[in-house]
Amino acid sequence: MSTTPNKSNRREFLAQAAAISLAPALTALPFAAEAAGRGRVLVLVELAGGNDALNMVPPYADPSYARLRPRLAVRRDQALQLDQHMGLHPALQPLMPVWQAGEMSVVLGLGYPRPNRSHFRSIDIWETGSDSDRHLTTGWLARAMEGAPRVKGSAADAIVLGGGARAVTGAGLRTVVMRDPNQFVRQAGRMQRPATPGGNSALSHILTVQKEIEGTAKQLKKAEMRGREAAAAARGRGQIGRQLQQAAKIIAGGTPVSVIKVSHGGFDTHSNQDGRHRNLLTQLAASLAGFRQAMVRSGDWDRVMVMTYSEFGRRAKQNGSGGTDHGTAAAHLAMGGRVRGGLVGGQPSLTDLDGGDLKHRVDYRSYYRAAATWLDLPGGGAVLGNYRPLPLSKA
Amino acid sequence: MLIFQRAAACLALLGALWAAPAAALTYDEARHLLNRTGFGATNAEIEAMLPLSRREAVERLFEGRRSEPVSPAPEWLNSPIRPPKRMKMMSDAERKKYRRARRDMATGLQAWWLAEMAATPSPFTERMTLFWHNHFTSSLRKVKVPHLMYGQNLTLRRYAFGNFRHFVQAMAQDPAMIWYLDNRTNRKGQPNENFARELMELFTLGEGQYSEKDIKESARAFTGWSLDRNTGKFRFYPRLHDDGPKTFMGQSGRFNGHEIIDIIFRHPEASRYIVAKMWRGFVSETPDKAEVERIAAEFRESKFSIRAAMTAILTSNAFWDPKTRGALVKSPVDLLVGTVRTFEAPMKNPRFLVRVSARLGQNIMSPPNVKGWPGGKAWITADTMLMRQQVIAALTGGGGAPQGKQQSMEPPKPTRTAGSGNAKRDMRVFQRTGRMPAGANFKAWLAQLPARNKTAGGLAALLLPIDPVRPIPPGADPAAAVRHLLNDPAYQLK
Repeated sequence: MSTTPNKSNRREFLAQAAAISLAPALTALPFAAEAAGRGRVLVLVELAGGNDALNMVPPYADPSYARLRPRLAVRRDQALQLDQHMGLHPALQPLMPVWQAGEMSVVLGLGYPRPNRSHFRSIDIWETGSDSDRHLTTGWLARAMEGAPRVKGSAADAIVLGGGARAVTGAGLRTVVMRDPNQFVRQAGRMQRPATPGGNSALSHILTVQKEIEGTAKQLKKAEMRGREAAAAARGRGQIGRQLQQAAKIIAGGTPVSVIKVSHGGFDTHSNQDGRHRNLLTQLAASLAGFRQAMVRSGDWDRVMVMTYSEFGRRAKQNGSGGTDHGTAAAHLAMGGRVRGGLVGGQPSLTDLDGGDLKHRVDYRSYYRAAATWLDLPGGGAVLGNYRPLPLSKA
Repeated sequence: MLIFQRAAACLALLGALWAAPAAALTYDEARHLLNRTGFGATNAEIEAMLPLSRREAVERLFEGRRSEPVSPAPEWLNSPIRPPKRMKMMSDAERKKYRRARRDMATGLQAWWLAEMAATPSPFTERMTLFWHNHFTSSLRKVKVPHLMYGQNLTLRRYAFGNFRHFVQAMAQDPAMIWYLDNRTNRKGQPNENFARELMELFTLGEGQYSEKDIKESARAFTGWSLDRNTGKFRFYPRLHDDGPKTFMGQSGRFNGHEIIDIIFRHPEASRYIVAKMWRGFVSETPDKAEVERIAAEFRESKFSIRAAMTAILTSNAFWDPKTRGALVKSPVDLLVGTVRTFEAPMKNPRFLVRVSARLGQNIMSPPNVKGWPGGKAWITADTMLMRQQVIAALTGGGGAPQGKQQSMEPPKPTRTAGSGNAKRDMRVFQRTGRMPAGANFKAWLAQLPARNKTAGGLAALLLPIDPVRPIPPGADPAAAVRHLLNDPAYQLK
């Protein structure tokens, strides 16, 4: 259960130690700095298909890395160096200012015991927060948010702009899934005016959902007016750029909501990975950097935490088609105005592999517990299990 | 104990006879029975049930059951199940082409089933098959050979009303199931517990009725139960089978898989668990404990006859209680096939409707995981709710939510709705314009309804399980009334 990495590794929890010593001084009033009615927001970015974290966050100095990936490895002179061992893929250049500002944590070695290499099963595990051999039906955030006070005036707790809603699906959580907020508002306009919830429990549920649609549509219309200008700065690239721009508009527009989920797909790079992965990371970096700019401009960056996740990383060794196959542990990125920054967790060894796969160093639920702490959820998300929260945020 | 059980069963039987007089069904009752055991219902189908008593009506459903589909099997069924050469030996282009062909077969198979649901003279058979598909789950996403999923579908319908114990035995040797739950890699010395675990947790007993040790021991009993790589048929590999002594649920012996299943069926929970699930599927989300106990006893008595259990459920007082009407949320398949059947709309492009169903959360033959679709209220989210209204509007050819300000009953312009035959393109057109290639001839449908059904009350009784949440505006013509009813939240219920 312990999330403490192997002591022999040099890059262990240095950042965490610092965080813990600083934390008590700042804990007093978590929401003091925030405008009234504007609570904290968690933005989940799904990297669908299994992101090759070994190339997103390359251990460029490790000789085994180049040996395992003669065609794919990011060379030392290309890597954006984070320290003497770890770097970022050159396509992530737009994120370097975020790193330098100390607003981006690079979380290494996330995974879970007895890893599953099926896309569907493993994303299930990540989104429900389950053990490898357990099937849970509710999302990890839905469980962690149970009993949390609702954001004042909110019509929905979570808005899903892309990909599956599993992480935020569960009893009591008001989750609104939409492909496109404008289309959502248009379609909501055609709905029969919802009646007060009542009748049998099935009917009551439908009427409640209709009320949520009506309320959310109303707020989105308002946000569209107020957030438009700020969101203009969030010009990213591709689908993920559009989704993050919508997210920026919703947040800057003052829509009371706790979680926004977006999705960036195409990471299942079994063949010809080099160019494809570079494009995906280019889109991701441009979109995240644009999103941050919009949030800084609107004064919302301090109440936002962005975190990426994916069903798995990829195998240490490249395959015969210039790609990589399904793997296990992976690095992820977290950023925000009050994110601590730095390297967190531990980079898995490239010589001590488990059947060719990385051994995870930090349970992914430690990462989630950091998000639960950020959202100030009851019990700090202990419902996810006895995992030590990673120190991602400045109190 | 036995005497007590007998007495209880006799009392229950007397109770049932007393409570369910052989009176003819009302219109509401007939619609309720057809909606719950099939997909929607036409006015003619409802009226045909009216002279019958409850028991006679249920009997008639069973008499109409089929063990084989009416739709011809997909053409590719005779193609080899294995790739022409090893995937690793293929060029990227070959592999891509092969994968595309497989995907096309998979969608074709899903479309085949959806079309069967729309076309069958026995919707009860399809309803039961779908119920079992969500019980003995397997998925095209994992089982990469669609032939095997077709084979499983045939097995599901063959046993749909049969003996549950034999059904479980058959599923333990079903090739798609063996693939889906990794029994292919369950070998002596290297057991894979996936099938053994789900056999007890999901298929027969439910959590908490067995120990982890029972799982480990029973997994050994299923070692060597695998497939023949060339034929895709079940094959037992004696050399991979662990025939050593095992201790399972307090009994010891050199058990094989059949014997494990027989031991499981001696557990009283083996009858309760599935009866409670049937109750949730056909009556309400909250099973009545005493009723489940009564029906489970009958089920055991009948040596696990599914037909006996279903008869008991469909003739229970709770099933016919007016409060039960409209208590279940329609699944996407209910909504789509039910609307198509009720409005007698030809299913022009089932592949497209497969996509719509997936978009609404039910990708048939690809359940989200081994637990199947959670269903019930989980079907309805903000996204699917709005999408459902759009879908109904388009399916009924203008009968549902008005598109924009225009409230015309004219069928949508043919240029946009003719359907390109390309499901992906049709889906894009639908999402952009709200129009789809499967629209009913709404005017003709309305014209053929008997005058007495064209009143506000008559239309509501045909289309909704309960009163509309918002009453039909006075003075609305029949077309406007139908539009209003389809847009009512009660249309999402059954």
